[in-house]
Amino acid sequence: MGWLEGRFEESVITTSLEQAINWARQSSMWPMTFGLACCAIEMMATGASRFDIDRFGAGAFRATPRQADLMIVAGTVNYKMASRVRRLYNQMPDPKFVIAMGACTCGGGPYYKYGYNVVKGVDLVVPVDVYVPGCPPRPEALLEGLMRIQDKVRGMKDLTKNQQTDLPIPSRTGYTLLPAELGGAV
Amino acid sequence: MATVADPTIVEFDVRTDEMLVNMGPQHPSTHGVLRLVLRTDGEVISEAVPHMGYLHRCAEKIGENVTAIQFIPYTDRMDYLAAMNMNLGYALAVEKLCGMEIPEKAQVIRVIIAELNRIASHLVGMGTYGLDLGTFSPFLYAFREREMILDLFEEVCGARLTYSYITIGGVHDDLPSGWTQRLQEFLDYLKPRIEEYHTLLTRNHIFVSRTAKIGILPKHLAISHACSGPMLRGSLNRTSGDPDWDLRKIEPYSGYGAYDFRAIVPPFPEAPPESVIGDCWHRFYVRMLEVIESIKLCEQGLKRYPTAQGTHRADLPKHLPAGEAYVETECPRGQMGFYVVGRPSKDSVPLRVRAKSSSFCNLSLCDELCRGCLIADIPAIVGSIDIVMGEIDR
Amino acid sequence: MTSAEIISILDQKFGDRIKAKNLEAKDPFVVVTPTDLVEICRYLRDDARLGFDMLNCVSGVDYLEPDPKKAAKAGFDPHMEVVYHFQSFRNKHRFVVKVILPRWKDDKAGELPEVPSLASLFNIANWHEREVYDLTGVWFTGHPDLTRILLSDDWVGHPLRKDYEFPLEYHGIRGR
Repeated sequence: MGWLEGRFEESVITTSLEQAINWARQSSMWPMTFGLACCAIEMMATGASRFDIDRFGAGAFRATPRQADLMIVAGTVNYKMASRVRRLYNQMPDPKFVIAMGACTCGGGPYYKYGYNVVKGVDLVVPVDVYVPGCPPRPEALLEGLMRIQDKVRGMKDLTKNQQTDLPIPSRTGYTLLPAELGGAV
Repeated sequence: MATVADPTIVEFDVRTDEMLVNMGPQHPSTHGVLRLVLRTDGEVISEAVPHMGYLHRCAEKIGENVTAIQFIPYTDRMDYLAAMNMNLGYALAVEKLCGMEIPEKAQVIRVIIAELNRIASHLVGMGTYGLDLGTFSPFLYAFREREMILDLFEEVCGARLTYSYITIGGVHDDLPSGWTQRLQEFLDYLKPRIEEYHTLLTRNHIFVSRTAKIGILPKHLAISHACSGPMLRGSLNRTSGDPDWDLRKIEPYSGYGAYDFRAIVPPFPEAPPESVIGDCWHRFYVRMLEVIESIKLCEQGLKRYPTAQGTHRADLPKHLPAGEAYVETECPRGQMGFYVVGRPSKDSVPLRVRAKSSSFCNLSLCDELCRGCLIADIPAIVGSIDIVMGEIDR
Repeated sequence: MTSAEIISILDQKFGDRIKAKNLEAKDPFVVVTPTDLVEICRYLRDDARLGFDMLNCVSGVDYLEPDPKKAAKAGFDPHMEVVYHFQSFRNKHRFVVKVILPRWKDDKAGELPEVPSLASLFNIANWHEREVYDLTGVWFTGHPDLTRILLSDDWVGHPLRKDYEFPLEYHGIRGR
């Protein structure tokens, strides 16, 4: 993709090519196993059979960062671990995305006040795309975070020159309609 | 005559060196952020030094700055797979310090919940052990059952992983209506499923050949390293007079003395002939049999619950008295100890909270157990120790 | 065996080297000086009636009230304690031994108080003492490898001391 980026003028053909490439990318985001603490167990539960993450295409958890394009930082990052997080992020190839899963990665979590060894939010170490709060977040919440990343991928315009970045439009927000007998829309 | 070298033998001068392999903090099979620095001669390990602290979350400093009841959520996050047992240990320590009497109903609920969490924790241990050794199905089966347990816990306290349900004085709320029926249905569903796990893992000859005679732990070394739980019990031998070392039997707490269960200690008549007492297979099998004992304990608790006296929670004292108390409880990974020191100036914030975790003591054996084995045996050994880094680093 | 019997056995053997004993506490304990610690613990481990072969926990407790306004009502003088919890595998009883130390050696701030190490008697003392050194700042003489175990090797300070100041940043990552 390197020599294709920013090469074309915006036209009908590049738009559908971009849509096709983005669709391929979002439907096969391979996460890296980066479970650090309690949120890792909920990440494993998301990968297990009830909240199957594989139906989003993200089921192939790669252990090596070289083959992954999504880093789900699940668990508290502390000062000893921070350099390793940064190094693994640097080893991931572009385009890469980061989900900050759990309250500890969003802003220090319960260890905010007296945690001398806790990094107050993993965005002090790596750039984060989606924050999923919760302690630990339910697997459904992590799946919604994954869907936001997919929306972000859908809005990527790599092939065209002088692209303006649009805000990603959320689709599949997870809002469900109540059935008609309970008052929902028909 | 035989001083000339045999011309059919060719010798090359080969110089071998040792390798330092870093099984780093991020690794699919180190059960969290454990760093193992392996000194290997080819595939054979000569030294495996564990480095920890990548999850040190300052829990003990927090314990000195928040009140005793505010510390309960932090105990959840120590051993996050058996959070109810952590809550129970800390609550018992504070109750011993305050000299509180716990009503019988609270004790019965505590036993049911703690044993249910023990089943969930051993299921994860079993599933991830299979995952380390290369099989994916036991992991999915274990999480399928575990999701049902988590549904039950969600009805009780609203959370799936970090409950903070067992608090000082008892439990936070009484059991919801109909919960006991649902638990009984779940236990009836689970009992035949255990046989599936035995077919998948325990009697699987690939699993046996990867875990039998690996990581043999002699009893004197286990005691000198203060091991506890299935790690120690897998090395004991009932026929040679070793005691049934289970804190629920030796120092019963929360009413365990009145329940009928047995502590699982080898020898097992159904053990494969290749395995020896003290190897990875025996530690794994102790955990599998403990699940069955926990099911029995849950059922006995369910029978006691309707007629138990008292409420679900005793009244709390206004502040912690001066003094100190150390209580150890039998958690799924071993003996977890909480040492709480109260301030002489009457205050509800303790002076010191120290959590002594079982996985910390169990992991100290990693070096001795891994000497002389192959690199591929490291996941088998570390998986059989069944560590949780949140507990080790606190 | 009850704690009273254990303490009476120790009294018979060591006499007044047992500096203090407390039978009314929830966990009865004895207080010994650092110099006698190794010998008393060896006796606790090897005597057949006592048989304390499992060293369950070593904790360092910092008795200090950092706020000078509350220091008068604190109820203790500033000192440091190292508390050893023993358990016997054969006889199934427990015991507590304490060592009382000044917070700084010879009262010079920055010099860590010293206690002899039990690593030669109990294998697990190796890691427990490393943790007490790391977090509370007690130096264990005779320890084979007393380095930090939970915090990074270049960490400054001992966090569980009551007068510890939280770091403002660590290698460029802000701490507050």
